[in-house]
Amino acid sequence: MKEIKIRTHNLTLFYGAKMALNSISMDIPEKEVTAFIGPSGCGKSTFLRTLNRMNDLIPSVRITGEVLVDGLNIYDKQIDSVNLRKKVGMVFQKSNPFSKSIFENVAYGPRINGLNNKAKLAEIVETSLKKAFIWEEVKDRLHDSAMGLSGGQQQRMCIARTLAVEPEIILMDEPASALDPISTAKIEELIFELKKNYTIVIVTHNMQQAARVSDLTAFFYLGELIEFGKTRKIFTTPDKKHTEEYITGRFG
Amino acid sequence: MDNPKETSGFVFSKESLKKKFRLSEFLSEKIITGVAFLSIAIIVLIFFFVFRESLPIFSQQKAVVKVEHAEKQEQYGVAADSTQTNSSGQEQYGVTSNDTMMIEDQAREVDTVVHGSDRATAKSLLGKQWLPVSDNPRYGLIPLFVGTLKITLIAILFAAPIAILAALFSAAFAPYWLREIIKPAIELLAGFPSVVIGFFALMVMASFFQNLFGYDGRLNAFVGGVAMALAAIPIIFTITEDALTAVPKTYTEASLALGATRWQTALFVTLPAATPGIFAAILLGIGRIFGETMIALMATGNAAMIGINPFESVRTLAATIGAEMAEVVFGDTHYNVLFLIGALLFVFTFSLNAVAEFYVKGKLVKRFQGKQS
Repeated sequence: MKEIKIRTHNLTLFYGAKMALNSISMDIPEKEVTAFIGPSGCGKSTFLRTLNRMNDLIPSVRITGEVLVDGLNIYDKQIDSVNLRKKVGMVFQKSNPFSKSIFENVAYGPRINGLNNKAKLAEIVETSLKKAFIWEEVKDRLHDSAMGLSGGQQQRMCIARTLAVEPEIILMDEPASALDPISTAKIEELIFELKKNYTIVIVTHNMQQAARVSDLTAFFYLGELIEFGKTRKIFTTPDKKHTEEYITGRFG
Repeated sequence: MDNPKETSGFVFSKESLKKKFRLSEFLSEKIITGVAFLSIAIIVLIFFFVFRESLPIFSQQKAVVKVEHAEKQEQYGVAADSTQTNSSGQEQYGVTSNDTMMIEDQAREVDTVVHGSDRATAKSLLGKQWLPVSDNPRYGLIPLFVGTLKITLIAILFAAPIAILAALFSAAFAPYWLREIIKPAIELLAGFPSVVIGFFALMVMASFFQNLFGYDGRLNAFVGGVAMALAAIPIIFTITEDALTAVPKTYTEASLALGATRWQTALFVTLPAATPGIFAAILLGIGRIFGETMIALMATGNAAMIGINPFESVRTLAATIGAEMAEVVFGDTHYNVLFLIGALLFVFTFSLNAVAEFYVKGKLVKRFQGKQS
């Protein structure tokens, strides 16, 4: 087993009075792909968003327990969520490019971090787009609006935008759920490539996708972590009956 | 629910499916259609009336030219001094022998001719003096335009930054409970009677600013402009706030997930995405200020002066109508010119609103549906 990148300890989360996550403890290893599966409303997306404190935006959320990234509790009062998110990037379900040019989209992250050197920015944009396998498709139209890209291209550009900030962890919230099979295949290929250098956590509704891209799989149900282990084991010989039923499609 | 046939009592047959004429629905539909068209018709008719009343100014231009010609002849007569049949001579006749009806009639004729020469022409409307009730009335609209533009500029310079920043705070920074207080509170201000704002400006603000800046005229464009800003802020705030909250949440999330602070997100993502809406808000604010009558009447001093000094008194187009319409002679040139001002105000605010509406709709759709580039 590789080194632990993220460790949660008795993480419990409430939306107002409703408990959405119940005492979740898990270790996510470095430079591997960890997939979260489970039926809608089971808390997997909520859990993903606690890992870079995106839930801070929702006023009624209350969290107890610990999330340790590289051994540091990110819910410590001293921690600035802004700097945390530079280290823990996120790709969303719906591609969300800004209504700016492709170049400006990717350069946004470095720019707000104070980088203004044009040559340096251009270099970062190029390497980020190359890492996201979209450079060849957009290199001649960098200064066109990102809104003109197709859905799949937009999503890969959003991944490039996340990579431009040089995070160590990338959280993906159903990154391919709104895409056609060809674009989905490209994203999966990209995830496979990215895990060499990044720790990836992905939420997906697509069981085959989880089986294809991930090294580890966690099954969530009603706010609880039911089972967590090697993907091959979860999909072939799960310990819990619940997991088996979900994976074989008997409920969900 | 177990027995749908019984509960509905509906028999599925060709007869029961036949189209039915429902009188009440038909009538209701026609009535609301009528009401909708009526409101449009009222607006069109008002504009038509206002514009028609101002038409004599244009239709009498030929007559005016003739009269001027006649006047010139008279002046020639005066200059040459060859005959004593000029107007002043006739008047003297009238004064000395007012028992003769014929001469009196002649005098009246001359009177109307003299009056006719004061008819406004397109040229005289571009004059630099607004003196409608002097012996030699002049209907120059330039000072009124300058006054209106000056006060609009002052008001929008105050209103736009305050309203936009307040909206940004409310949309991007304020906690939920505070936002629920701020927004309705500022929107209530929009319904504030402008006469109250005018009164406040007249009594409180005017003295305050005079003490602060130490200028001479107590009521001036600056006081009026600041008071009008109070009237425009709620409009600009509300529309800007709506535009900012309409920016998809995914934008904000994307920015925050890249490690941007809330300020950076608001400034570089939310605000630019809402620009069309903010532009519209400012246009509508300008429209409000442009047409505002009561505050202008009460707080600007109402002297039709041309100048760039913000502490000078001004007279706006709207205030001119408000102040003079009640005393004007029906059918007089002055009367027509006031209606012309009304028509101009109408055209201006109408086009401003139209630009705001269409520009924003087009731009927003383009932005969020990716039809740019």
